[in-house]
Amino acid sequence: MYDFAYHRPKLLGDAVNLLKGKSEARVMSGGMTLIPTLKQRLARPSDVVDLAGIEELAGIKVEGNNVVIGGMTRHADVASSADVKSAIPALAHLAGHIGDPQVRNRGTIGGSVANSDPAADYPAAVLALNATVTTNTGKHAADSFFKGLFETALADGELITSISFPKAEKAAYMKFPNPASRYAMVGVFVAKTAGGVRVAVTGAGPCAFRVKAMEDALAKNFSSAAIKDIKVPADGLNSDIHGSAEYRAHLVGVMARRAVDAANK
Amino acid sequence: MTAQTGIGARVKRKEDQRFLTGNGRYVDDLPLARATHAHFLRSPHAHAKIKSIDTSAAAKMPGVVAIFTGKDVADAKVGSLICGWVVKDKHGNPHKAPPHPVMAADTVRYVGDTVAMVVANSQDEAKDAAEAIKVDYDVKPANVDLARALDKGVAEVHAEAPGNLIYDWEIGVKADVDAAFAKAAHVTKIDIVNNRLIPNAMEPRAAAAEYDKGTGNYTLWSTSQNPHVLRLILSAFVLGIPEHKLRVIAPDVGGGFGSKIFCYNEETMLTWAASRVGRPIKWTAERSESFQTDAHGRDHVTHAELALDKDGKFLALRVETIANMGAYLSTFATAVPTYLYATLLAGQYTTPLIYANVKAALTHTAPVDAYRGAGRPEATYVIESIVSKAAKELKVDPAELRRKNFIPASVFPYQTPVALQYDSGNYPPIIDEAIKIADYNGFEARRAEAKSRGKLRGIGFSSYIEACGLAPSQVIGQLGGGVGQWESAQIRFNPTGNVQILTGSHSHGQGHETTFAQIVSDKLGVPIENIEVVHGDTATTPFGMGSYGSRSLAVGGSAIMKAADKVIAKGKKIAAHLMEASVADVVFENGTFKVAGTDKAVPLGQAVFAAYVPHNYPIAEVEPGMDENAFYDPANFVYPAGTQICEVEIDPDTGEVEIVNFTAVDDFGNIVNPMIVEGQVHGGIVQGVGQALLENAVYDRETGQLLSGSYMDYTMPRADDVPSFKLGYKVTPCPHNPLGVKGCGEAGAIAAPAAVMNAVHDALAPLGVSHVPMPATPLNVWQAISGAARKAAE
Repeated sequence: MYDFAYHRPKLLGDAVNLLKGKSEARVMSGGMTLIPTLKQRLARPSDVVDLAGIEELAGIKVEGNNVVIGGMTRHADVASSADVKSAIPALAHLAGHIGDPQVRNRGTIGGSVANSDPAADYPAAVLALNATVTTNTGKHAADSFFKGLFETALADGELITSISFPKAEKAAYMKFPNPASRYAMVGVFVAKTAGGVRVAVTGAGPCAFRVKAMEDALAKNFSSAAIKDIKVPADGLNSDIHGSAEYRAHLVGVMARRAVDAANK
Repeated sequence: MTAQTGIGARVKRKEDQRFLTGNGRYVDDLPLARATHAHFLRSPHAHAKIKSIDTSAAAKMPGVVAIFTGKDVADAKVGSLICGWVVKDKHGNPHKAPPHPVMAADTVRYVGDTVAMVVANSQDEAKDAAEAIKVDYDVKPANVDLARALDKGVAEVHAEAPGNLIYDWEIGVKADVDAAFAKAAHVTKIDIVNNRLIPNAMEPRAAAAEYDKGTGNYTLWSTSQNPHVLRLILSAFVLGIPEHKLRVIAPDVGGGFGSKIFCYNEETMLTWAASRVGRPIKWTAERSESFQTDAHGRDHVTHAELALDKDGKFLALRVETIANMGAYLSTFATAVPTYLYATLLAGQYTTPLIYANVKAALTHTAPVDAYRGAGRPEATYVIESIVSKAAKELKVDPAELRRKNFIPASVFPYQTPVALQYDSGNYPPIIDEAIKIADYNGFEARRAEAKSRGKLRGIGFSSYIEACGLAPSQVIGQLGGGVGQWESAQIRFNPTGNVQILTGSHSHGQGHETTFAQIVSDKLGVPIENIEVVHGDTATTPFGMGSYGSRSLAVGGSAIMKAADKVIAKGKKIAAHLMEASVADVVFENGTFKVAGTDKAVPLGQAVFAAYVPHNYPIAEVEPGMDENAFYDPANFVYPAGTQICEVEIDPDTGEVEIVNFTAVDDFGNIVNPMIVEGQVHGGIVQGVGQALLENAVYDRETGQLLSGSYMDYTMPRADDVPSFKLGYKVTPCPHNPLGVKGCGEAGAIAAPAAVMNAVHDALAPLGVSHVPMPATPLNVWQAISGAARKAAE
């Protein structure tokens, strides 16, 4: 690890100010990606601004038809939240199956969504539930948030303060883990909300994406039979020693059907 | 007392108290005053010429004490690391032995090859300086694909081994085998790859070295499985430091699985540099360095054919194997795919004719050497895969085909056609017991029930034989081995009656401190809490050969028995004097010397005390003291054998394989501590399951980069990958060692890959799948299923 200046502000405004003018500064929320990267000397930030001290960023509340989760809320807290379990049980289930207990007690929803790791679980939920990402400067619709591999709509110095998830009528998340890392090799989140049916995939592509053909079919008939013949093209999907693009494309279909079945239970 | 702590008792492991409470002392824990820290700059390329190395900027970095490169090592005339086993090729010529420099001088040959060593006041400063070293590489094409490593035009790893061939070796008479094939009623053929594995001991390799200017003595602490052999290699071949001036200590060592047998670059460099730096030097591998540079295991490409007569009797076996050596020959690399592999190809069967041809090939990858089972898992995978495939082709029960060809109990000792003479065994009751435990007869009902849930259920057998307990020294010498394979032991009583057992074998997780203490407790009647096992230090223990090849109990334990016999013999003389009896009338029972037919008795402790305080003592005939030394050279290998039955369920939609039942019945001869044996079997099976379903070392075919270089991509088995194992035992005592023991350390890993893969193939057979490559990952299984579906559609 290279030397850097470490900051632990107590207020969001202080964090924003600390980042100003420092092009080599990095924000740390849970540190689940940043810390290993630092340890392997793959990153050399001038400053690390740790958001863990900012109490206003953590917490879960229900606002009307939405569950609003603070950016610094740990996965374990989402998994065990009575509000999340009652409003969107699939989201609590997703959070309860990220990494291992250590990761779930350090990693945060804001960090995961801001990082846009292609194998992270939360991005599938954000897209499928059509969540709204709120930052210190504004709001982002889910559809325009994930831009690519580790790339989002966030501007430099823009911090996720909360994510608002509409309640789901039916929803489920099915993950096929990478055998080694147990990150999502393919994860499919299927949701039926007041806004319609959405199917979002993580792990398979450079970033989370929706499968329109499945959404259309499920809108007419929310059953796994409705999507059994829909094939996702392998073009552009990830390929590595654990899964070819073709295999991932196939798994999207399998996981989507299982997610629909689970959502219907 | 001995009933609870003697041979056969489930004694809790004495060493676990410190291991489980964080009080173990490993190399990295050593508090060495004024220690410096080494960091190795490693090659980022699989194959490149080093045009230049510029350390000038790095040398000026803060905290840097010294920087050494391949040139420094070459200038100092440091020797090449050795391969200690000379295998002669089929023409009688010794294998090609390209140099293995301690640090690369002009060429790097795998990703991770050592280029420079930075010694600094702290680990971070050493790393910072290593980044400032400028190396100008001329990158060359890499030879990574084993199946093609011997082809014309492939990049050569060493000029000393033209065409990358280390040896072309054979065993058996090819013409006889070919003739048997010509008469066969049926021939089964397989093409299999034994996937490459990375050992992943929990404790990474580590070393610390210190030079005492006053005495001229060196001390090396190393995570070694065999500190005396390491010292011998460093002294006699590499560094020239005389053995009496070099002390090697292997303290608590957290697992080895073979990977810590060998003499490595880093510990050699530390020892060499210690006198130049003038301060102690420490180094502990980071996990990614372990992945890149620990000697890897397995990695064979094999074609095999089995000839059967019309009744299903095996007539002959023909095997062609290319074995990967990596970029340099590691310490025992040459022996693994020959004497530890091809000599096992008879398995448990009466196959009268066997021919095997093994070509050892160099590639631009990490060195490959012995890893848990070493050659025997590869042999078992060949035999047990082809036997199960033959049963499928002939539509006979796989257990029946095995039974039909088992070596009958009546013919032991049994001479195989591939050099080994099996000393003892009785295989049919083992498979019968396994079938009973696994409820083999109920399998078809379970298969049908699984099918109703959309799952494909399969069952697979693996009946293994192992030659371990290495080994008669004379045989090893005849086969080209560079060392003896005996073991040493010393039983040292203290005046107050407690005991130190000094052993030349080494424990790095096997539980010797308990097992060896049980032997002495049983044999001499000493309470186990009064016994301490000492190992791993060349300055305190007699010269020993260390632990590998399931040899510690069969050879090291036997040496302890011999030393105990000497204690009893000496004690009898002392007791006879004290009891004023004739030595011939003295018997030793339950820790006490007695004169038969009288009430005269001298406890062993009293005889020991007399030996140290010899006021009333037969001083003219018997030396004072009670400290007996023994060396034991075995008469033969030992031959554990067993049958495993694995039952899997496969999800045809995803290709996931779940192990739902796993049975192992073993014959390890007599068992000293059943709990430790269970642990060894459990661990071995998990490693075998890891090879079968999860683990795979993958290099990029073009660049030679290690793609599975961390736990993000190298799949280690986890607790939820395996079910609870069902174990059983059958005992045929080893006839030639005093404990009647065989060896249990490798059995699980030897047999399990074939058992799992046979179950996978059985499950997928209804879909028309004929071959799934190992490991049977979800991807590989899905590809096999979709390939068969495409073929069926054509």
